[in-house]
Amino acid sequence: MTIDKGVSPPGAGGPGAGAQSPGSPIEFRLDPASGVPTYLQLVQQVEHALRLGYLKPGDQLPKVRDVVASLTINPNTVLKAYRELETKGLTAGRPGQGTFIEATLSQVALPELAVLRRPLLAWLASADAAGLDEDGIVALFTSVLRDFLNRRSSSAGRSGTANGDKEGVA
Amino acid sequence: MNVIETSDLGKRYGHTWALRECTLTVPAGYLTALVGPNGAGKTTLMNMCVGLAVPTAGTAGVLGGQPAGSPAALDGIAFVAQDAPVYPNLSAGDMVHLTRNLNRSFDRSYARARLAELGIPLKKKAAKLSGGQRAQLALTLALARRPQLLILDEPLAMLDPLARQDFMATVMTAMADDGVSVLLSSHALAELERVADYLILLSRGQLQVAGEVDDLLASHRVLTGPAAESDACAGHFRVIQARRAAAQAHLLVSTGGTDPDSGLVPPGWEAHPVSLEELVMAYLRAPGGAEPPDHSLTRYNEPREVAR
Repeated sequence: MTIDKGVSPPGAGGPGAGAQSPGSPIEFRLDPASGVPTYLQLVQQVEHALRLGYLKPGDQLPKVRDVVASLTINPNTVLKAYRELETKGLTAGRPGQGTFIEATLSQVALPELAVLRRPLLAWLASADAAGLDEDGIVALFTSVLRDFLNRRSSSAGRSGTANGDKEGVA
Repeated sequence: MNVIETSDLGKRYGHTWALRECTLTVPAGYLTALVGPNGAGKTTLMNMCVGLAVPTAGTAGVLGGQPAGSPAALDGIAFVAQDAPVYPNLSAGDMVHLTRNLNRSFDRSYARARLAELGIPLKKKAAKLSGGQRAQLALTLALARRPQLLILDEPLAMLDPLARQDFMATVMTAMADDGVSVLLSSHALAELERVADYLILLSRGQLQVAGEVDDLLASHRVLTGPAAESDACAGHFRVIQARRAAAQAHLLVSTGGTDPDSGLVPPGWEAHPVSLEELVMAYLRAPGGAEPPDHSLTRYNEPREVAR
């Protein structure tokens, strides 16, 4: 994959990468009301994007300078987030180029995710029919998920990365 | 390297100490917020770091220990005083020309490119520019000197929210591009939360707190629990601010070096993280600044005796 240097010029025809525009496939946003520290929000958004398949190994994260300019945040905050991602083994910095995705968090690709969605939707429909409202559904799901994770960790004794399950919901 | 280090620094105007016994260090690479109420000594501290005011007591060193006001220090520091001072009758282009001739180093092409990027016409007189444009012009002139340390006195006070954001974006892009360290005084506490990673808090001419924002947030908690036990709880920590009702008490405490989430919190009490704004306000409201645990113990004993 070709990597463009410097500030990505808007609308410049990608040098060989084809359909994808130069730069990063994702853009950060901040939730000022969340109470989550800014650097952690960036880390979580990258992890989230990895889980959902928006980011793949080889993809570039937004350049520090671009994040700083678009979110008006301290560059040290962005660097801290990128260091944390690197420590987790998810990304690697390439000198003079930027930060790139190294690993993936989703063992499940987008099409399989779509397959997993279907039974969940069917379950939601039956929960709705049984009279559960949104809060009730979330509470039930969270409680079952916690039971499931507890049982799994006590039976297998794995420390795991919280999402390393292969069984999934299906 | 420390961009600023002061030792027992003090400045007296007549009989009044504007700043006294101020000892602090600011490492390079940070955006430091200088916070405090009006008359706390913020501008005095900045002026002494820049070399515009001579200390009455103590010393101020900048950029790795150079005396403030020395030629090497002057070359490495750019200062924008309050209200973005530019000559109203000079055009933006004239201001570039003037600043270039008054300084030993000045990146003219940077200044011109930046003004073009901002859409500020070189021919337009400074008086005809908007407040936001004038602030950006002053900032551009400062940055074109390619400083290691940029000092900004209340740069946001006169700007609307959009102009504030644009201004801070320029400042922080300079940090990202050139590694400029920044010292900035401001009243806009909520806006500093995303921006500042180092904090200096002054109150009535005295230093209250100086440190990395992450460390400060990690070492302070609000403890919420039964008011009857608040004295016992306060004995463990340095209480910055206490709010008590008949049944419930909220104590904003400094936990020192200890991990506040490690079992030190008494049973029945909850520890909540603090925001930067909450922390600053607590220190500013604390009578006479922070106190050691003994003082807070006696102080909070009194209302309890009355309540019985």
